[in-house]
Amino acid sequence: MEIEEVYSSRQLDIKEGKAINELIARSQEVIPDPDRWLDEELERNVLVTSVDAVLNWARRTSLWPVVCFPACCAFEFITTEASRFDLSRFGMEIIRASPRQADLMITAGTLTWKMAPQVKRIYDQMAEPKWVIAMGACAVSGGIFRSSYSVVPGYNRIIPVDVYLPGCPPRPEAVIHAIRMLHKKIARRSLIAEDE
Amino acid sequence: MTLALSGSDIAKQIEEKFPGCVVEATAASLLVEAKSLLDVAAYLKDTADLGFDYLTLITAVDYIDCFEVVYYLTSIKHNHSLVLKTRCYSRDNPTLPSVVGLWRTADFQEREIYDLMGISFDGHPDLRRIVLWEGFEGHPLRKDFL
Repeated sequence: MEIEEVYSSRQLDIKEGKAINELIARSQEVIPDPDRWLDEELERNVLVTSVDAVLNWARRTSLWPVVCFPACCAFEFITTEASRFDLSRFGMEIIRASPRQADLMITAGTLTWKMAPQVKRIYDQMAEPKWVIAMGACAVSGGIFRSSYSVVPGYNRIIPVDVYLPGCPPRPEAVIHAIRMLHKKIARRSLIAEDE
Repeated sequence: MTLALSGSDIAKQIEEKFPGCVVEATAASLLVEAKSLLDVAAYLKDTADLGFDYLTLITAVDYIDCFEVVYYLTSIKHNHSLVLKTRCYSRDNPTLPSVVGLWRTADFQEREIYDLMGISFDGHPDLRRIVLWEGFEGHPLRKDFL
């Protein structure tokens, strides 16, 4: 069977030459770097926000608690700190032995009047801004020891308390809930209000 | 196992040595007059076959008509123990002799009893409050506190 000749050799040459010329015409410019979009993306990532929002975000996501564990609530707080509940999710896995490096006091335990001056001193040594979570019934109100001759009926007698966390002792979920509530409270702070 | 000696058995020995000092002797304990407490305690400590070289603890009870102070004595050498008691009938100024000279363990424990019960110990080298703070009013483990 004879193959029908669609194009002659001459015609094929002309077609090839035309394609080459078209490619030359298209290729007069250098192809740009395909990663150039990164710069554009960075430009689009510059956000405009308020100082309050940034400061509050930084403060509430890096709260460092100070050691203040006078009694049994400490164990529930240690559990909260450990791997199952994992406080590092909130940027606060480091518990500072020095109050100068801390900005949160979680008062985990019954406070006696004899111990109270030391707790007050620790609070006074913490750098501003600082917050207090009164953890457990004893910290909130003195708990079952409220009427005792030697127990402080609530930490708010000696230091200002931001969040009251009831329970005897509170479960780790409750501790985390209190911390989340404190986050919300910090998020509403304003530099202007602080200066007043 | 430490053998708990009977107060009645020891009482005979004590009564021979210090006549009239034993108030009450039972299988559980030996109650002596406060004025002969130091003599009896020294005898219990220094006599070879008794040899109470270790004071386990001291505690006090408020019976309202009197305070009773309880000494738990142990001999590590002989592995036996004895409960020695004495009473103090004054409420306004209860005073007992201190046994710190015999057992140094008594130092902090007598201070605690002084702090919470208000019993003074004659001859204690440093009798002041240990648990509560200086200036606290009253002695909270007394029955009539509050």
